Amino acid sequence: MAQTAVVQGKQWWAGGKSPFNVEYGKLMMWYFLMSDAFTFGAFLISYGTVRFSANSWPDPNHVFNAFPGAGHSNLPLAFVSLMTFILIISSVTMVLAVHAGHNGDKRGVSKWLIWTIIGGFAFLGCQAWEWTHLYHEGAWWGMNPFPNANGTASSTNFTNFFFTITGFHGFHVFSGVVINIIMLLMTRNNVFEKKGHYLMIEKAGLYWHFVDLVWVFVFLCFYLV
Amino acid sequence: MNENINPNVHTETHTGHGGLHTDHHGHDHDGHHHHKQSFVSKYIFSQDHKTIAKQFLITGMLWAIVGGLFSVLFRLQLAYPDETFPILETFFGRWAKGGQIQPEFYYALITMHGTVLVFFVLTGGLSGTFANLLIPLQVGARDMASPFMNMLSYWFFFLASVVMFSSLFVQTGPAAGGWTSYPPLSALHEASIGSKAGMDMWIISMALFVVSSLLGGLNYIATILNMRTKGMSMTRMPLTMWAILFTAILGVLSFPVLLSGFILLLFDRNGGTSFYLSDIVVNGKILPNEGGSAILYQHLFWFLGHPEVYIIILPAMGLVSEVMSVNARKPIFGYMAMVGSLLAITILAFLVWAHHMFVSGLNPFLGSVFVLLTLLIAIPSAIKVFNWITTIWRGNIRFTPGMMFSIGFVSLFISGGLTGIWLGNSTLDIHLHDTYFVVAHFHIVMGVSAFFGMFAGVYHWFPKMFGRYLNNTLAYIHFWVTLAGAYLIFWPMHYQGLAGVPRRYLDFRLWSSFNHFTDLNKMITIVSIIVFATQLMFVFNFFYSIFKGRKVRSTNPWGSTTLEWTTPINPGHGNWPGEIPEVHRWAYDYAKDGRDFIPQTEPLNPGESKH
Repeated sequence: MAQTAVVQGKQWWAGGKSPFNVEYGKLMMWYFLMSDAFTFGAFLISYGTVRFSANSWPDPNHVFNAFPGAGHSNLPLAFVSLMTFILIISSVTMVLAVHAGHNGDKRGVSKWLIWTIIGGFAFLGCQAWEWTHLYHEGAWWGMNPFPNANGTASSTNFTNFFFTITGFHGFHVFSGVVINIIMLLMTRNNVFEKKGHYLMIEKAGLYWHFVDLVWVFVFLCFYLV
Repeated sequence: MNENINPNVHTETHTGHGGLHTDHHGHDHDGHHHHKQSFVSKYIFSQDHKTIAKQFLITGMLWAIVGGLFSVLFRLQLAYPDETFPILETFFGRWAKGGQIQPEFYYALITMHGTVLVFFVLTGGLSGTFANLLIPLQVGARDMASPFMNMLSYWFFFLASVVMFSSLFVQTGPAAGGWTSYPPLSALHEASIGSKAGMDMWIISMALFVVSSLLGGLNYIATILNMRTKGMSMTRMPLTMWAILFTAILGVLSFPVLLSGFILLLFDRNGGTSFYLSDIVVNGKILPNEGGSAILYQHLFWFLGHPEVYIIILPAMGLVSEVMSVNARKPIFGYMAMVGSLLAITILAFLVWAHHMFVSGLNPFLGSVFVLLTLLIAIPSAIKVFNWITTIWRGNIRFTPGMMFSIGFVSLFISGGLTGIWLGNSTLDIHLHDTYFVVAHFHIVMGVSAFFGMFAGVYHWFPKMFGRYLNNTLAYIHFWVTLAGAYLIFWPMHYQGLAGVPRRYLDFRLWSSFNHFTDLNKMITIVSIIVFATQLMFVFNFFYSIFKGRKVRSTNPWGSTTLEWTTPINPGHGNWPGEIPEVHRWAYDYAKDGRDFIPQTEPLNPGESKH
């Protein structure tokens, strides 16, 4: 009997336990993220297809050169760098929240979650400012005031893709912030304390890191290339 | 329930051996260790996977009647373009003015026929039913990993159904750009009456459908991987589980791409964008849209669209494998080859989408790559077919209705699969694309055969679902009429296609080279009306038998090895009144050691080799 137990203990796929030693929710989160990666992948590949079949494309250094309060000074990509920095820092605070969760440190979890939520709101605020700024320059779905890098008139697909994909990403960030707020309330109400573990924070963390990772690709495809 | 939701705190104590081996002769254990449930929480917003399965099945059946009726209507037009049917005007008003199906109506009918049957019946209805019913029962779990998400999955499906069904009643009619909804036709309101409000509702409904499919799929994968009972290793699972696992993986990875495609389409329709639009003139008016690519939509669509046909056929394959083995009283032939071929099909499914686009202006060199990858699918498909045939070879076959439909499935899959080899060649496809040859091919290989797999499943597991049998006489009539009808309807279409008859055309009267098909078209229509009536008979049998069917008297009526037959005849929420049984052997110990079958729960005899 004891021997069978030992044998069973080594056989991860033999049933009666999770082969990856994770509970189902985390597994589902991973598969969801894979699925979501395909959604973003399809968007970005579509963008690439259309962009590279065009003769020329607007230069991001000319489009994204404004900074709030800096008037008309030319600061290419400065603002988006700040946005990216904020989002990456919010990933760091999320790691610290998950870490505090591992230690069962309720105060730590709630402190770092608050910082993550602030980071998320800051990013969304930046995005709102950037969208408003572009809108005032005459850019929107179906409207593109920016000429191509080679001086020719550009198709509207530059702005079409920009607003659709950054909008879709912003929607993900917004969902993440909502999830984090729910996590914060649950932490405050001792839900995880009673459960004895902070696994939910880990799952929220997976989602948050994924959203950050997607931003890296969005940043690359729209601002750097 | 709680102990089951998180496997890390799996508190089931397993008795050393024996598992659950007792028969609960006909005792109803409904509500064992459960609170009293209200009607709403038991039958409507139920979180019991078995109830959710029935909800999917019945919703799917209603859709199948709607979708089937549409095909009868457009077949009327194809067979009798000169006749008038005043009754149609009574029902459909200006859509059938003077008793004749109007062109816009015809396009709406074929579009909705395809959409409804592909997505709402053979994806939602088929996967939703059997994944929900069988996963917890066959892997030995009390319910899905997340019963709540499972319930949401059905209600998103329901919501998608409501939106799609409502689109039939808007003034400008439902979507009418074909089930593939290619832009620019689908992207421009002014392009046709079927591209107005109906098209937006179509997209919204499909987006809801994707959400439903995602919620369901994540649950199916997590349950199969994480919730197997003790001893149920992956290679001891019945093939139904493998098939559903791969189906769910396909869905989780391909539907999101379709969603992206639809979001872009929605913007093109309503946001002034031109993702898919460039250089277009509609009704003499030049549109400002520029820079988009209509081909892009086709890539995004078929990246789902092709895996989609495997999402439809894989569950049917799993059901058929299981039903065949049980009713041949033999182990499935080549179990690992069956799993391997399912895996091969799953991988190849993602690599062949452009064979739907051979004549879209695809680079011929790229086309040749897709030809090669497409033809490779013949290998795992042939492995499966030969394994089914060798499974029943010299078997002690019981011709139950489920078995009949399984054999019918194999027949149809061979007939339809062979023409796939024709169509997979890009050079032949230049001649055959968009003809009735294509219609014949996909209706036989994935339409009718997936239906046969589904029927096999319904006849086989109906006793588990409702504790009663379906009527056998009606079942055999259903089988023979449907099988003969399917071949009579679709076989001649191959010849029409070879002769060049294009699909989706309303009227061939002015096309004198096709005049000799007039009588053939009448025959096809008459047969399809008979087959449709026979399906209504099946629906009658289904609902009649739920209440009045012959009662199941033993827990394991088919003499099956798998776990679902160790539950009580009418299992309650939680499936097993006692402990979850432990598994000691694979699912296919039939005709072994002089015994008819050995249940999975029976421990190995001394000296018996492990499987």
